[in-house]
Amino acid sequence: MSRLRRAAGRIWRVASIPLLAIILAFIVAAVVIVVSSVFTSTGLDVFLPLGAYGSLLAGAFGSGTGISNTLVAAAPLILGGLAVGLGFKAGLFNIGVAGQFLVGAFAAAVVGARLAGAPGVIAAPVALIAGALGGAAFGFIPGFLKARTGAHEVVTTIMLNNAAVLLLTWAVNDLVRAPGFSFPRTGDLGHSALPILLGRNVHLGIPIAVLAVFSVRWLLDRTTNGFEIRTVGQNPNAARYAGMRPIFITTLTMTLSGLLAGVAGAIQMLGVIGFYAPGITASVGFDSIAVALLGRSDPIGILFAAILFGAFRAGAPLMQIETSVPVEIIDIIQALVILFLAADLIVRRVFRVRAAKPVISELATVTRTWAGGAPPGGGA
Amino acid sequence: MDAVGTVFRLIWELGVYLYTVVPDLLPIILALATPLALGALCGVLNERSGVVNIGIEGIMLMAAFFGYLTGFALHDAVGSGVSIALGILAAVFVGALLGLVHAWLTVSVRADQIIAGTMMNIAAFGVTGYLNRLIITPSGRGGAGVIAPFHLPDAIANLPFVGPILVMFLDQGPIAMSVLFIVIALQFALFRTRWGLRTRAVGEHPKAADTVGIDVYRQRYLNVIFGCALAGLAGAFLTLESTGSFQNGMTNGRGFIALAAMIFGRWTPIGALAGALLFGTATALGVVVSIRIPEGDLGDIMRSIPSYWYAALPYLMTIVILAGVVGRSTPPAADGVPYVKEGKG
Repeated sequence: MSRLRRAAGRIWRVASIPLLAIILAFIVAAVVIVVSSVFTSTGLDVFLPLGAYGSLLAGAFGSGTGISNTLVAAAPLILGGLAVGLGFKAGLFNIGVAGQFLVGAFAAAVVGARLAGAPGVIAAPVALIAGALGGAAFGFIPGFLKARTGAHEVVTTIMLNNAAVLLLTWAVNDLVRAPGFSFPRTGDLGHSALPILLGRNVHLGIPIAVLAVFSVRWLLDRTTNGFEIRTVGQNPNAARYAGMRPIFITTLTMTLSGLLAGVAGAIQMLGVIGFYAPGITASVGFDSIAVALLGRSDPIGILFAAILFGAFRAGAPLMQIETSVPVEIIDIIQALVILFLAADLIVRRVFRVRAAKPVISELATVTRTWAGGAPPGGGA
Repeated sequence: MDAVGTVFRLIWELGVYLYTVVPDLLPIILALATPLALGALCGVLNERSGVVNIGIEGIMLMAAFFGYLTGFALHDAVGSGVSIALGILAAVFVGALLGLVHAWLTVSVRADQIIAGTMMNIAAFGVTGYLNRLIITPSGRGGAGVIAPFHLPDAIANLPFVGPILVMFLDQGPIAMSVLFIVIALQFALFRTRWGLRTRAVGEHPKAADTVGIDVYRQRYLNVIFGCALAGLAGAFLTLESTGSFQNGMTNGRGFIALAAMIFGRWTPIGALAGALLFGTATALGVVVSIRIPEGDLGDIMRSIPSYWYAALPYLMTIVILAGVVGRSTPPAADGVPYVKEGKG
């Protein structure tokens, strides 16, 4: 019994602040909903948050369709969360998940359409790998630049996000536009589409995402490269003195991070969207940051956080239809969760809890390397 | 030899072309550079005092929205001109208010500064998108419009040589015009006044500053709030001087390009303006090239480059410049390092 209690205590120590941060975010968002209801035609409605959160819950878990929508929405968030979380472990902040996701989706769509007639056993994996490689290549660029020149990934990845949207639009318009459609898009996937495992939309990408959780966990905990990634994240100087190669590790981590984001794009393309057209938006980018922070960069934590945010994304449309509360409330809730994780002092004061610090220590490295800034461990 | 000759001829034609489009370029460069310059100044003030702020993008977006919303709400009651002026004030106020939030998070709570900025960006995206869908979209009406730009008399604008330069800086709206004065004032303030010395002291060596009696927290709060008010002005420029409308996510990475301009300008106001003008020129070139294509082979080559590449130019240029400049410029020593007062946990 005491062992069970100790285990529960350990989980509570790690998970209490994230859980309480979510609760607090929902409370504050409820205030936002009530106050903003003044501006709607129905006027002030104190009970609107209850209705909205009820619809959100119903949309995410209230039916078989709801649950499968949640899983489908969670899959790219798991991979995107892993991408951001892996970067954090090495002291890198990959805000470029949105761009790497798009490149991965595009590569998978183009290769998938080319192999539409081939047997599915070959076509789908090859298209998936193409997406992974596309994302990896797009993650390599900021990683290499950071390692070689010190150009901070926070700026370069955002710039690459914007460039990716424009250049992929050009590519779809001018290079790979499929004939016979009234708007620019890639061709049909045919046999390259990921098989549906269950119901209407539970596709193979979901087990792939779960597999990625354990792969990243294995990489970080059981391999030399994983050890070096964690050491570079904790203290790049110590890593250098220990004979590790921060330049190589930084480039490798961003490439792997991009690869995970590319797989996220590929499974979304091959399992859900079906073709690449300009205007595909990737809310996955911001969501992945929230998922990684909420999951404390731990692969298992990211899995749970991604399912939670997947549920928000899956339930939000029903909420907007039934209660007219805009879906953007999810972004507000996300920002609030991050706020309460970063300023955990608020959560501690409100709920009077003592628990482990919710934000991981490697983040300090991200800030320290800003603009090639003060050497790690130095400064004031 | 023939190939070399062709290359030289093309370079010559490009030079001639660039010279002929200068009159088209000059009037639009400053307008494109204004939000970048103001954002970069926000970065300079923040980081000179030791606070990293990657939330400039979000603050700009938030200010752009609330400035627009103010004009939108008031313009039936008080008329276009007054409502725009109040909108600008509201945007600057929102910027300062968000600066207060960022200062509280980074200075008092000592939250991770990069995460605080990320939170700001996501919150801005959510709040503006939420209120836009709730209030502005269903109303179906527009905002208060834009401030009328100032026009130089033709006699001055047509002067040889100085005319186009004067047009570049003075044939503009009030916010764009004010940028030059703000830059000069800040350059002076940062390097020639007691406030500037204190700002740089808390950014370079907060402990030493504290020892000689400078209130590190107060100095950082002031800088972050004032800097973010400038980012608010940049937001006001976007909705109330430049476009006259609000779209979700309309800042479109400008807050981050501004940070690159700040690094390019080595954390000085004048350098930041130079960086912003460089990006403004790249963007302006993309605009001009798509409307005025030269004759001959050069025109064929330029036509063969898709417009999307020109549009992506500022983003790609940011990356190249950042990769080339960083490492050769040194940020303030205590940039991003929270300060803990002696005897405080």
